[in-house]
Amino acid sequence: MLRYYLKLGALSIKANWALSTLMVAAIAMGIGACMTIVTVRHVMADNPIEHKNDRLFHVQLDSWNPNEPYEEPNEPPEQVTYLDATALLDAGRAHRQVISFKSSRVVQPDGEGVLPFQEEVRATSADFFAMFDVPFRYGAGWDAAADRGEERVVVLSSAINEQLFGGEDSTGRMLTLNKQTFRIVGVLDEWNPIPTFYDLNNNPFEGPEAIYAPFSTAVSGEWGSAGNNSCWKPPEEGSYEGYLASECIWIQMWVELPTRPEKRMYQQFLDDYVMEQKTLGRFPRELNNRLSTPAEWLVNREVVDDTVSVLLSLAVLFLVVCLLNAVGLLLAKVIRRTSDISLRRALGASKGELFKQYIVEAGMIGVAGGVLGVGLTWLGLRGVENLFSRYEFIDSLVTMDWQMIGLAVVLAIVSSLGAALYPTWRAASMSPATTLRIQ
Amino acid sequence: MNIGPIWRAMLRHKAGFVLIALQVAVTLTIMVNAFGIIQERSGKIDRPSGMDEENSFALASVLFADYEREQRKVLIDEDLALIRSTPGVINAVATNSFPLRQGGWSMSLSLEPGNQTPESVSSAIYFVDEHGAETFAVDIIDGRNFTPEQVAWSVEDDDTWPAYVIITEALGAELWPDATGSYVGKTFFINDNDPMQVVGVADTLQAPWQSWTGVERSALVPQRRPSEFVRYVVRAEPGMRDELMPEIEAMLAESNKDRIIRDVTTMVDVRELAYLGDAALIKMLGFIVIMLTIITSLGIVGLTSFNVSRRTRQIGIRRALGATRPDIIRYFLVENTIVSACGLIAGSALAIALNVAMVEAFALEPLAWYVIPAGALALWLVGQLAVAGPARRASRITPAIATRSS
Repeated sequence: MLRYYLKLGALSIKANWALSTLMVAAIAMGIGACMTIVTVRHVMADNPIEHKNDRLFHVQLDSWNPNEPYEEPNEPPEQVTYLDATALLDAGRAHRQVISFKSSRVVQPDGEGVLPFQEEVRATSADFFAMFDVPFRYGAGWDAAADRGEERVVVLSSAINEQLFGGEDSTGRMLTLNKQTFRIVGVLDEWNPIPTFYDLNNNPFEGPEAIYAPFSTAVSGEWGSAGNNSCWKPPEEGSYEGYLASECIWIQMWVELPTRPEKRMYQQFLDDYVMEQKTLGRFPRELNNRLSTPAEWLVNREVVDDTVSVLLSLAVLFLVVCLLNAVGLLLAKVIRRTSDISLRRALGASKGELFKQYIVEAGMIGVAGGVLGVGLTWLGLRGVENLFSRYEFIDSLVTMDWQMIGLAVVLAIVSSLGAALYPTWRAASMSPATTLRIQ
Repeated sequence: MNIGPIWRAMLRHKAGFVLIALQVAVTLTIMVNAFGIIQERSGKIDRPSGMDEENSFALASVLFADYEREQRKVLIDEDLALIRSTPGVINAVATNSFPLRQGGWSMSLSLEPGNQTPESVSSAIYFVDEHGAETFAVDIIDGRNFTPEQVAWSVEDDDTWPAYVIITEALGAELWPDATGSYVGKTFFINDNDPMQVVGVADTLQAPWQSWTGVERSALVPQRRPSEFVRYVVRAEPGMRDELMPEIEAMLAESNKDRIIRDVTTMVDVRELAYLGDAALIKMLGFIVIMLTIITSLGIVGLTSFNVSRRTRQIGIRRALGATRPDIIRYFLVENTIVSACGLIAGSALAIALNVAMVEAFALEPLAWYVIPAGALALWLVGQLAVAGPARRASRITPAIATRSS
């Protein structure tokens, strides 16, 4: 019977060619507009470290101004001071701990005629790679001993290794940063978490840094932060040492705590640490320390721009208009075929059978709208890419995965079936005699 | 024309008309809210930065060799001398940032010494010398520019702030909301305890963050900073910018090999990049509104055509009974007006509700009063145009149809 209904549906679509095209186009437009925005939002709201979401925690300590919170209503600062970062790292109370910041250095490639260029460098303690599951192609990261010894070692991203060494195994070779030589100990495999959850401060969609160096080495070399840095009171001295001893926040801290009891213990440890610091005259605010999972942290920092949410709500309304349009047209179609329906009813088709017949037809239009909608979504994403072509990171925001394609088709079928419900019900509830009588 | 019969005829086939009315309502909701956002964003884009954007450009010098403080001062002096002496350059300055750059330095200012309180006012800080005002093209509307004696190099390990400052009018108004006279001569405190006295007031100079609510608040601070990273802003004579940009870049790159020159960009480009998101949003919303109008009007065309064909016999009878062709056309126009009016009334309520929700959730600006009436008028016209085609076809139905059996 289904095959017969499919055939009937095809015939009916063919018979009302213009109306059917209009319906398919309307559904496809609505799906296309919605899915374009949903896709961009999906990428922006992604949590690249989801598989470790229950064991990684971003650390916040409220070391801010006694007179006003860092952010209303009472948010602790989003980064930590050098004093606290190093003290907590040295205490080593978590399974793993990472303190890091973004800096920039000038890379001077070997060879004549190659111009030096500036690159972003992440200065981090050794656990970064293990904690965030960063994959290596060659070599490995450094260890805690290298951190302690302020060793001049670096890890390269695969992209910059490709650029400087043609993608060869460059471990053991030297790299010159600001006229100082560093030994390459590892080269990463492809690794492009979007957003860069471990540091959401500046643009989290630009992708991770190209070079990684030990935190301690960076500090002893007096590297400045290329990210955010805020102070609620001025450093007592203007020098780099004065900056390190200040209440300025510029370091991102993460800890790995595999179990709930460990998390509780660490929270207690942080509170104890702050209480102890209070006796030394620091931390003038009330106890307000926080451990956030990556997912919580992404929401807290509002990684998804408001604009995207505004667009999404308008796009959903747009889909509603498209569906209302489809309902109206379907209804017109059903009413136009009143006599067919009455005849079928008079010849013994049950209400249920008629309902099935028209739902099958609506489903066909829905599938067609969905497929075309996926195509329009692709076009929409190309449009977004084009509008933002000056952002180098835009490529990674406008890619469709199978999940999104599937969602588009499902959304199209569900919405066209939803749209078909009323007209189909009207069709099925016609009495056999009415229209025949008029004839 | 008598509305009664039209209304009663509509009631017999409610569903189709209700759907059109709903469609019109939601279309109006989207249309006016999109228009409100477009208006707000284009207003933002149109604000002047204060600079002579057409003729200015910027570049950065990044030193990567270990230079002593004195050597760094010499390098900056040499660079500036080189740039300022180039024919076609009006003036140039070494600074930390500039308007629309989206990255910069802000400080909290207060009227009393001591640590910052909720009453303190934050402002963007541009470190400049006495050439800053001319390079940034600011008009000193009150007081005067810095004298060369007021400008000094920062001192190592001493972060005391200079005693003089030029502020924008907007910053003055925020600091001294009740002041009636001039801001010149007034003092505020920066970095908790360092006093700064206003020597001049500039008309407009935006902060580097265009989406910040305090974007009109900035201060020129007469301090030169011998850091490894220096930004040069250059203001060229009209028409000279494109010629000077590569020339100065090459000159600086050539003059010292211990640094790289990067971020060479015109102010026009900086502006485009700063407002890329807003401009893109405007285009996307415009596109949505256009597509929406097309879909709604096609829906109206479709349903009216269907109504015309369904009523062929009745129309024929009316024609046979003496209705003229304009009468038939008018019938459909009035019918559409009734549907539109219902939709537009519901739509206005919906539009206001959505606007209130969005103002609440996303801190958008509320709609201007005329946006909804204007949108409603536009949509009514679109509806009339959409109906016109099928209505004309209806008017061509011959009275003879009435005599035929269906």
